[in-house]
Amino acid sequence: MVRIKTRSVLRTLGIALASAAFAGSAAAAEPLKIGFSMALTGGLAGAGKAALIGMEIWRDDVNKKGGLLGRKVEFVYYDDATQPANVPGLYTKLLEVDKVDLLVSAYGTNLIAPALPIVMRKKMVFPSLFGLAANEEFKYDRYFQIMPSGPSPLTDWSKGFFELAAAQKPKPQTIAIVAADAEFALNAAAGARKNAQAAGLKIVYDKTYPPPTTDFTPIVRAIQATNPDIVYVGSYPPDSVGMVKAAHEVGLKAKMFGGGMVGLQFAAIQKNLGPLLNGIVNYDFWVPEPTLDFPGVKEFLAKYQEEAKGKGVDPYGHYLPPFAYAYLQVLEQSVNAVKSLDQAKLAAHMRKTTFDTVVGKVKFGANGEWARSRVLMVQFRDVQPDNLEQFAGPGKRVVLYPKDWKSGDIVFPYKQ
Amino acid sequence: MISADLFSNAVVSGLLLGGFYAAVAIGLAIVFGQLDIVNIAHPAFIIVGAYIAYILNSRFGFDPVFVGLLAAPAFFVVGAVIYRVYFLAFERTGQESLSGLAFFFGVMFIIEVVLILIYGVDYRLVQADYIGQSWRIGFVDFPLRMLVPFAVAAALTAAIYVFMSRTFMGRAIQAVAQDRLALQLMGADPVRIKQWAFGLGIATAAIAGSLLIVIGPVEPSVGRLYIGRAFAIVVLGGMGSIKGMFIAALILGIVESMVSTFAGPSWSPAVAFGVLAITLALRPAGLFGRR
Repeated sequence: MVRIKTRSVLRTLGIALASAAFAGSAAAAEPLKIGFSMALTGGLAGAGKAALIGMEIWRDDVNKKGGLLGRKVEFVYYDDATQPANVPGLYTKLLEVDKVDLLVSAYGTNLIAPALPIVMRKKMVFPSLFGLAANEEFKYDRYFQIMPSGPSPLTDWSKGFFELAAAQKPKPQTIAIVAADAEFALNAAAGARKNAQAAGLKIVYDKTYPPPTTDFTPIVRAIQATNPDIVYVGSYPPDSVGMVKAAHEVGLKAKMFGGGMVGLQFAAIQKNLGPLLNGIVNYDFWVPEPTLDFPGVKEFLAKYQEEAKGKGVDPYGHYLPPFAYAYLQVLEQSVNAVKSLDQAKLAAHMRKTTFDTVVGKVKFGANGEWARSRVLMVQFRDVQPDNLEQFAGPGKRVVLYPKDWKSGDIVFPYKQ
Repeated sequence: MISADLFSNAVVSGLLLGGFYAAVAIGLAIVFGQLDIVNIAHPAFIIVGAYIAYILNSRFGFDPVFVGLLAAPAFFVVGAVIYRVYFLAFERTGQESLSGLAFFFGVMFIIEVVLILIYGVDYRLVQADYIGQSWRIGFVDFPLRMLVPFAVAAALTAAIYVFMSRTFMGRAIQAVAQDRLALQLMGADPVRIKQWAFGLGIATAAIAGSLLIVIGPVEPSVGRLYIGRAFAIVVLGGMGSIKGMFIAALILGIVESMVSTFAGPSWSPAVAFGVLAITLALRPAGLFGRR
């Protein structure tokens, strides 16, 4: 009798204690899961791995502060192998099987767009990492994209390049546009074409080249034959290198050269091209100039650079990793502000708030892009041969545009 | 529109580019052209060659092309071992056509993944004094970044050509390509000869890789871009003909460069492969093929 009583008392007590513990820090036991896919192999893996390092730094920082809503943050992620076809399946799995609490996007336009239909069906907020006009067709109102391309991504992308050109004396009259036959570069070229027409420039060369191009000298020579004042290039990393070398070898005489060359933002390529870069005006999103010294960015980069050692990713991580950290900061600040995971409330908060992140103040516009473009046009200056360290600090990539972040004046005409 | 200046520069650029294509294709001209082994992994070996050039160049400052020559004997041994495996697993049992192709696909992926795991997926480049320099004769430019690969490729082709036509082993390789049974009846071991030839083919990949990284940046999967071109050159030149391969490579290079200069670069692969299709329609065995 007594024994039964004791046991039942103990049992009741146990249940009570357990449920108290559960109610008190309900979530302490249950981590908060953030799901995403990332390119860890395949063409975009270099950037994808660097982004993941940035994201993991955010996760560790948040967990050190006690997590989100008192819950420890955990990542659930899969390698999408840079294959758009893998993405819908992975996001379905994240939602249906892993039952993640929050979602963020993979890196890159081609891997963001395929996730959108799945994400939209579940009405999840979707902070996104470097999609160029990926939401243009979907018009999803819970999409928030961290790359500062601006409200009209296609033209904002090269706007700075053309405004700089238009401000020079004598004003350039002719332009050559050359781009890779692939999604991003074609979009960049389309935007450049519009901007060129708006600026009253005569387009004297407008051609695309196939992605497996080995030698760019015939292309640069054909451009040179049309004698353009400025040359706008939309290219991917290996082509950017080929194009810069060919321009040097042929002795391209344009007064301004660059624009949308992907790859010139990466340390290894910068080191290799060295002085050939001098004078090139090209887009960027963050460079270590004093005008862009946002709170927290240096601390973040120091951590990134430590983590990146020996992982075969960009050693400085100026281009993408701060944004990979920032898009999670947006999520963090919204969750903390609305104190729930209610997707509608989070979306409403993201729409109206100006966020303080390591990449500066971020405010989203109606289509989920930055309300104001901050595509930088930077000019390479005084670059020395075979020296990686020079790119760690200011002075080598001077910000010319937009003027709020300007750190120096353009050298025009561009000299080889 | 067509000025003498543009025209001659386009021809020279095409010749230089074609020379490099020859370096990429010469290993296949031996392995695929002579031995009928569809080594789809050949460009992957070229990438390994490029990485070795990158490693020794960035660590010790060695000249990339010198590294390519240095690495060639090691590649020869690796090639011989791979052929041995291929022979034991597929050729001996007569399963070389489909299973063999799958085998080389597998080899290609393994090479790519291993390179990614060890070195990551960043683009790799090399430094050498001649990269970025350019010679000028009249109004024609010779960028050394393209001229050095051309010269090395031409020398490599000449060496292999002489080896194939003058030495006992070279002739034996050609014999095994023509009639394996007859060779066997004469007391020679066809497997050993094919092993030699395969090793030689892979050895050229070390050199081609070093040339590739002189021209531009390399990442583990960039080799795939050359699979189509390399096989096309071997077929266009005529299966088994080293001379034909070299001429075909130059033709492809010149066509690409001319189209790039005068019509627009996005047309160049279509026109280059169009030339291939027309040539094969007129001469099914290729330019200098064995019939």
